[in-house]
Amino acid sequence: MTEPADLNKDIATTSRRRFLREGGALLGGAVIAGGLAGSEASGASEIANNLPPNVPEWMKTPGDPMGAQPYGAPSPFEKGVIKNIPNNLSQYLSASGRTPLQDLDGIITPNGLFYERHHAGVPTIDPAQHRLMLHGLVDMPLIFTMDDIRRFPSQSRIYFLECSGNPGYKKPYGKTASDLVGLLSCAEWTGVSLKLVLREAGLQAGAKWVVAEGADAAALTRSIPIEKCLEDAMLVYSQNGERLRPQQGYPLRLLLPGFEGNMSVKWLRRLRVAAEPTYSREETSKYTDLMPDGSAREFTFYMEAKSIITRPSGGQRLSAPGFHEISGIAWSGHGKISRVDVSVDDGKSWRQAQLQEPVLTRALTRFRLPWHWDGQPAVIQSRATDETGYVQPTLVELLGVRGENYFYHNNAIWPWRIAADGEVTNANA
Amino acid sequence: MPMRELRIAGFAVFLLACAEPVQAQGPYGIGRAATPAEIAGWNIDIDRNGNGLPPGIGGVGRGREIFDQQCAVCHGAKGEGGIGDRLAGGQGTLATPKPVRTVGSYWPYAPTLFDYIRRAMPQNAPQTLSNDDVYAVSAYVLNLNGLLPSDATLNAKTLSAIKMPNRSMFVDDPRPDVKNTACMTGC
Repeated sequence: MTEPADLNKDIATTSRRRFLREGGALLGGAVIAGGLAGSEASGASEIANNLPPNVPEWMKTPGDPMGAQPYGAPSPFEKGVIKNIPNNLSQYLSASGRTPLQDLDGIITPNGLFYERHHAGVPTIDPAQHRLMLHGLVDMPLIFTMDDIRRFPSQSRIYFLECSGNPGYKKPYGKTASDLVGLLSCAEWTGVSLKLVLREAGLQAGAKWVVAEGADAAALTRSIPIEKCLEDAMLVYSQNGERLRPQQGYPLRLLLPGFEGNMSVKWLRRLRVAAEPTYSREETSKYTDLMPDGSAREFTFYMEAKSIITRPSGGQRLSAPGFHEISGIAWSGHGKISRVDVSVDDGKSWRQAQLQEPVLTRALTRFRLPWHWDGQPAVIQSRATDETGYVQPTLVELLGVRGENYFYHNNAIWPWRIAADGEVTNANA
Repeated sequence: MPMRELRIAGFAVFLLACAEPVQAQGPYGIGRAATPAEIAGWNIDIDRNGNGLPPGIGGVGRGREIFDQQCAVCHGAKGEGGIGDRLAGGQGTLATPKPVRTVGSYWPYAPTLFDYIRRAMPQNAPQTLSNDDVYAVSAYVLNLNGLLPSDATLNAKTLSAIKMPNRSMFVDDPRPDVKNTACMTGC
């Protein structure tokens, strides 16, 4: 397990040595002099030394040599942009980590910051030993290797993925956009249409559901309606151009665009075509929605239209009155976002935001609204409408129908309060 | 179903006669045939009616022994919860401000208990309990919820016959259930 890390260290060390031996000799004392200058200077003068009219120190010495990072990492100045992982959980095998939405631009989530939800830890799976079994109501039960799966015609699609409980309905509500809806990410997925794989085995009459099982220690199991499997479901092996990360189901996962995240079963090892759902623990006792009268909704698959302003958002501070672009993300499990409205006066009036192209079905859509902040306290919020005409509701409207015990599928509008000093906080908290 | 079993049996004989794995004959000719033995080894699904439950038998007493050794550290000595979910009690709380969702108060189908324990528990060593022991632990968890007497045993037939108290309380998804309007001025 430590072999790859050691190998990387060796490569980095070797490169640095080669640089010092070859390049360093050429440059004489310049390398050492540059390093000392940085450590000796005080913070203030160091900044002044790097600002006009002075020439910054990083222009006076060569940078890191090729090979210093065989797999690139973000700038050390971005080391604070990491997954938002709670530090007070009683256990971390069945847990989740959030995407830092307020620190990201555009619609694509970097793979290292993609949200995670596991039910029994992250397995380490050798793709050469991984198999997908397809059986049940099919003409020919089949077993596929990963090489087999990659032989099928491939497709790449951009879809969001969102955890069903993102966030809950009860206080305390989160402070940042990530705290609130960070169990949400978006990526370009590459794999094969599930429809092609099912046809390879031949669906039999009475095939109404497909039961998917993961190769994790939870053997997590969910039942998917056959209509979804034949519509846009994918078997995915790559994410944003590279093979899936272990946390995202390496080497193979299911992807069900617009459905609650746990149904896109990771580490996929088995698909059983059936006449009925399997009524697994996850789809009876866990991912069901408790109503105020004690009844519970089951098979609540879709994530409804939703949006949130990510800049400015909770935990940030507006530096001064004047121009500030309001920017955020919107998404719907039912299709494309048709419009996003933004209010800067606590919901009294709304303006239509600009949508960044491309606006894709079941993907994040970036919206923007130019805004001049007058320095007075304000409450800003966004409201998404999708192509079905559905309008994102308020938390009060949701609570009025579903009550506080519902837990999942909270797609409420989340307003941010901006204080006179520019501090941004959760207006619902 | 008899037709299908005949086909599977015939297929197994065919496989025994072949040294090489059988290639699939779908549109792309990708993959190989799965044998009945391979499917049997991997398919551990049990539906809500108990279809798929294996042979075996286990009682509340044996279940208590296993639970104390392998489950109580996370779920509490009496299933009251801890690092792991609470498993017992909570009946009558679902419509209150503090609902307690447990096997006894919430789970609609008893066979799901066997399915889940076998595939996922204990968390540090899933799929290691024998079928008899999974029946036993299932029996004890039901006993903790007042749904089985202390001298009871469970097998495929008796587990399938148990009616869970909350069984009738699950409904289909009626969403969209909340309607907002896109008010633009004077809201």
